[in-house]
Amino acid sequence: MNKNLILYAAILVFGITAPFIFPAFKVQLSILCVLIVLALTWNIQGGEMGYNTFGNILFYGLGMYLCASVQVGMFFPLAEWTESGGEKTFVHTPAQFFQGMAMGLVVAAVVPTIVAGLIGYAILGLRGHYFAICTLGLGVAAGEISGGIEIIGAGQGFTTPPFPDVGGLEARGEFFYLLSFGALVLTFIAVRAIYSTRFKLILNAIRDNEDKAEAMGIQTMKYKIIGWMISAFFCGLAGGIMGGLVGYIDSTDVAFDGREMGVFMVLMAILGGKGTLWGPVIGATVFHIFKEGFWTFFLGWQYVALGVLIVVIVIYFPEGIMGWLREKYPERFGEVVDEADRKAQVELK
Amino acid sequence: MVFQYPMISVQACLDGVLLGILFALIAYGMALQWGVMNIINIAQGDLVILGGYIAYFMYLYGIHPAWGVIIAPIIMYFVGVGLYKLVINKVVDRDLFISILATFGISILFMQLMNFAFGADVVLANSGYGTTFLFDSAVVLPNSKIFSAFISILFAICLVIYMKKSKLGRAIRATAQNARAAKILGVDTEKVYAATFGINAALCGVAGALISITFTIHPYMGLPYTIRSFMIVIVAGLGNLPGVALSGMGLGVFEEFADYILGTEFRIGAVFLLLVLILVYRRFKLSRKREYLK
Repeated sequence: MNKNLILYAAILVFGITAPFIFPAFKVQLSILCVLIVLALTWNIQGGEMGYNTFGNILFYGLGMYLCASVQVGMFFPLAEWTESGGEKTFVHTPAQFFQGMAMGLVVAAVVPTIVAGLIGYAILGLRGHYFAICTLGLGVAAGEISGGIEIIGAGQGFTTPPFPDVGGLEARGEFFYLLSFGALVLTFIAVRAIYSTRFKLILNAIRDNEDKAEAMGIQTMKYKIIGWMISAFFCGLAGGIMGGLVGYIDSTDVAFDGREMGVFMVLMAILGGKGTLWGPVIGATVFHIFKEGFWTFFLGWQYVALGVLIVVIVIYFPEGIMGWLREKYPERFGEVVDEADRKAQVELK
Repeated sequence: MVFQYPMISVQACLDGVLLGILFALIAYGMALQWGVMNIINIAQGDLVILGGYIAYFMYLYGIHPAWGVIIAPIIMYFVGVGLYKLVINKVVDRDLFISILATFGISILFMQLMNFAFGADVVLANSGYGTTFLFDSAVVLPNSKIFSAFISILFAICLVIYMKKSKLGRAIRATAQNARAAKILGVDTEKVYAATFGINAALCGVAGALISITFTIHPYMGLPYTIRSFMIVIVAGLGNLPGVALSGMGLGVFEEFADYILGTEFRIGAVFLLLVLILVYRRFKLSRKREYLK
């Protein structure tokens, strides 16, 4: 326990000081924080509950649009803002910007949670691959439909308010980094707290055998919906931050990017190890480094490399890094290993 | 608008039915591999688009693109078998979600490779078949659409006869029923799987060639075709060929009406939303009997 505390403190200190140590990587680190949040929340469904969703992107995109809309709509007419596109006739004062951002993030987190609660009852009744394909359809449909709505920019996109002129050149990056790191810490604490309660055991029971869990008297639907709402809350928050960070929202390429972000979150969780607390964190970090490497060194071929990476991870590495470590060093995971038994297994292999 | 101008409805229905026959052909391929190998292929639509590019290239080199209907399936058969040997054979016996993700990776790969090889332009192969006018020119039907529907039906009939009569067809059906028993009785299931995936790819090739003649193709247009065929299969059920044809036509008509009423920009969105609605409807219908989709 004591060792863990030191570890967490070290990570926290490193996290807060990171943008000042590596000022060139501020944006990358912020994106990494958002990716970890997405992977952690996907793991609640895909890892613990056994519901492989492609639909968390829906909440992410929704949060992105909502945050930007609220931030603009609080002070200026939204339709004129999106119509004017790049030429800004309206400028946020610093106070307006931060007030709008705070309000926007609250809305971006709360509304997707409500949406998840509303559609959860219908969607979470599906199982297995039907659930996966249904959520895939949901994400893509949201992208296509939001791309046709005029007030949020339709096909030409939505430019989020530019960062106000305060605190020098580095202020923007530092602000968004601290915001996304704060979201990450919040998510991690929440997820860790959830995983230490009975709620996690119920989710695992649903994953292992839903019919039996129901027969044991667990109201599975209630817990499935609550789990999805928790995911939606943090996905919406992450989306709101990412929208401000990128500075430009496009319906199918940034917000409801089911082909990229929607698959990334699944991959990150699988790469790290489904159904573990640290797996998604490690997976997202490794994946982000890989991805940035691809984008830098194979420019133009990055999607080809990505496609190959997906196939290789899924086929040859479905247990992920944590799963591999667990097999290699079971003692570290608190499993009691009988030496003779282990030897016998090695001989069998 | 639909009721004020009845001819628009007639046009939409005819367009939809002709389009739906094409969708049904792709869906038949999907039902085949789903039933036999128990995998869901997200890259289905990308195989279709690849088939379309084969016909398009024949058109560029001065061969009439209708010949693509013969050439594309032959090439696509080998692409399918190659894909099976490389990737698919490793996901056949595993969880369905693994196959979904793995084929998603293949889909991204194909999409990008096609983008490199053929460029990101929207293209079509002009067949020069002209148009047919019905009801005093109120309804306009390009002959290429009629041609493509006719060819699709022809291929479907050939395939059904082949599956019924030939030795390989019998082996495929046996494997679909019980792979283990088929293996015991001397069926080389590995070969059957490869052939099934190849036949599916060939069907996609035919459909793609027809789409490149009738409509347009673009490297990133694959996913809607996958979703359409998935939708048709879940509505019709596996191994229900008349059902596949009917629900394909129904989907085609729905799409044409969505196009007219909601506008073209919502067309794909409407298709994906329809998938969600169908699944939710079936889930509620089954939950009354305390069952679920599986």
